[in-house]
Amino acid sequence: MIAYLIRRILYAIPILLGVNLLTFALFFVVNTPDDMARMQLGIKRVTPEAIEKWKQQRGYDRPLMFNTVASGADKLTETIFWQKSASMFVLDFGYSDDGRSISREIATRMGPSLAIALPSFLIGQLVYISFALLMTMFRATALDMAGVALCVLLMSISTLFYIIGGQFLVSKLWHLVPISGYAGGMEGLRFLVLPIVIGVVGGIGSSSRWYRTIFLEEIGRDYVRTARAKGLSELTVLFRHVLKNAMIPILTGVVVVIPLLFMGSLLTESFFGIPGLGSYTIDAINAQDFSVVRAMVFLGSLLYVVGLILTDISYTLVDPRVRLQ
Amino acid sequence: MNFLPVILWSDALVFLLVAAAGVMAWHVRRHEHLLLPWRRVAQSGMAMVSLLVLSLFLLVGGLDTLHYRVALPHSNGSEAVYSPEVLSVLDKLAGPLRQHAEKTYSAPLALALYAKESFTDAQGRLVRDYPRLQYGGAHLADASQRDGDVIHRALAGALAGVLVCALLLAALHLVARGLGLGIPQSGTKEFAARRAVSIAALLLAALIGATFNLASVYHVLGTDKVGQDVLYLSLKSIRTGLVIGTVTTLVTLPLALFLGVAAGYFRGWVDDLIQYVYTVLSSIPSVLLIAAAVLMMQVTIDTHPDWFDTAASRADLRLVALCLILGMTSWTGLCRLLRGETLKLREMEYIQAAQSFGVSSLRILSRHIIPNVMHIILIAVVMDFSSLVLAEAVLSYVGVGVDPSMISFGTMINGARLEMGREPMVWWALAAAFGFMLVLVLAANLFADVVRDAFDPRLNRM
Repeated sequence: MIAYLIRRILYAIPILLGVNLLTFALFFVVNTPDDMARMQLGIKRVTPEAIEKWKQQRGYDRPLMFNTVASGADKLTETIFWQKSASMFVLDFGYSDDGRSISREIATRMGPSLAIALPSFLIGQLVYISFALLMTMFRATALDMAGVALCVLLMSISTLFYIIGGQFLVSKLWHLVPISGYAGGMEGLRFLVLPIVIGVVGGIGSSSRWYRTIFLEEIGRDYVRTARAKGLSELTVLFRHVLKNAMIPILTGVVVVIPLLFMGSLLTESFFGIPGLGSYTIDAINAQDFSVVRAMVFLGSLLYVVGLILTDISYTLVDPRVRLQ
Repeated sequence: MNFLPVILWSDALVFLLVAAAGVMAWHVRRHEHLLLPWRRVAQSGMAMVSLLVLSLFLLVGGLDTLHYRVALPHSNGSEAVYSPEVLSVLDKLAGPLRQHAEKTYSAPLALALYAKESFTDAQGRLVRDYPRLQYGGAHLADASQRDGDVIHRALAGALAGVLVCALLLAALHLVARGLGLGIPQSGTKEFAARRAVSIAALLLAALIGATFNLASVYHVLGTDKVGQDVLYLSLKSIRTGLVIGTVTTLVTLPLALFLGVAAGYFRGWVDDLIQYVYTVLSSIPSVLLIAAAVLMMQVTIDTHPDWFDTAASRADLRLVALCLILGMTSWTGLCRLLRGETLKLREMEYIQAAQSFGVSSLRILSRHIIPNVMHIILIAVVMDFSSLVLAEAVLSYVGVGVDPSMISFGTMINGARLEMGREPMVWWALAAAFGFMLVLVLAANLFADVVRDAFDPRLNRM
């Protein structure tokens, strides 16, 4: 198990290296730092001096990959790649355009992001699985059909509609909770209710339908027939046998996203004014703050790779047949 | 010639797609075993009704794809000069909608503007009131006549629509009988499906007829901030959504097909390399990767203003680039599926037999493997379509979608969402964008469901 984990972690390194190279190519080779400077300074004010100054302030005034002027190890380290891209491996994300440390921003903004994302995720999974089990219980009846139709309808509605409609209905018409905002501690609870509910409702359609397919596939198997034949009630069959055996496909899709919960959701956070990583990213995109976007891309893939490893571990927990070697 | 046909990049790609779909349809028609699952689709009333709705959207999008530039009036002898404004056939057909711009917001079917203004009335007094619209309901002398006029026009339009549609259906029936095509017997699935489609077509015709008749003198869905007709904006948005939903597959399919099949068939280092590439790509959260790529594309477009001769071509290239980026970031899922399927197929006896006969790899791939993974591709394409249409709106909100000057559901929602706080609320632009999007996506989802069931080999029926 330990040896397997070490191998998996080692396998993650080339993937992250690939991500790093890809973002480096996207941000520095497709467009040179000069292009970025010209765009950010605006077409009118562009002078060679202004571009040089812009590059110098951000540390983009080095060669891309290989420094011919420097000597020794500096040939490699005094470059944009080393300073801006490779440094992300030690979680050194540098500074945003307004001069703040990106690492510190990430650390302080993870809390609010998690406060929304974690409850939405947990409540969501509970709701989706229950709804899917309910549909499975009434399979091939009018109730099941109605459930599937509801799922298709819910999945056809834009996420933006859930957010805008929810804010309008709950906050503006009924005045139940504030439209947007955030506060720490228990006071913050009233701000969290609506985004969490909307997050859960927005996912019902696709997730429940997906789980229903998984359950239906399990329910057609021989062991279910055996279980029924020995006189178990339908409920026991569903919960003790079907749910347990359906865990493998469910975990495959679910565990991967757990680490990504730290990143929060772009839309929810920006609509509800939550000072989390999602709204940080969206602000950076709108302000064209390339270093922040670059940092978020790397952080996202790092968390995804962690999620993949967690998925493998979770298999051993639910399925004793799986041995990691 | 007083107009100049313009083929934008996205138009060319759409034409390419239409041609490809045509070739595929011709190929399928000639092979009974390929036609079989489509017959199953045709038996489903839900699928055919969805297809009817989708084809209406496709018609609007298609008309909006034929672009041209009008010649400007010029003195004799000089060379023709064309307007920098790129129009489409849809713009021409919906001419009144496009040109009847009011000053600012007005509610659906309203006669007056949304905001009060000071103006002098007929007696020369200065009054502060809601001014009448310049075009919306301008034929009415008195505001009290409106309700009666609306009902009258809607009914007349609906009736005309139903009549035209009924005549068309009858003509189709006669043509089908004349050509000796099979007319389904009552009681069969085909008959039920055809009846459902006919009823849906009549209902839609009534709706379209009523809207059409009202739209000539009213703003049926109101006007937006700069007074543009919301119905016109919604119709224009359809093309953007369709282009994103379909042109993206032009990038996704070749990448996923060739890489996925190659990885599964050749295994070894080819497999390792391809797996590595798609693991790297899929490990980046897709919104972030798209955002990063779009930001960089913006830099390129902004630093090269000399590439584009009209504003439309710039917005269009951005749309194509967005499709390209969406395609580059979304092929990994399909690629993984195809790799898995190919791994399974290559162990089949008929492939091994072909290998032992010395058939070349290329021939095995093209004759035995690719035809047998086609159903996966088809299912993936129809399933992805609706999620791409939905993604466009989200990306435009995030700021990495289509060009802000391009009319799309995303830009409509983006422009309208800040008006929610007004009193009374400006809800019509949002409602129109969400409504049109819901109908399009719902129809696509329902159709995709039936297609998936019909092509899924695990559900062996008939």
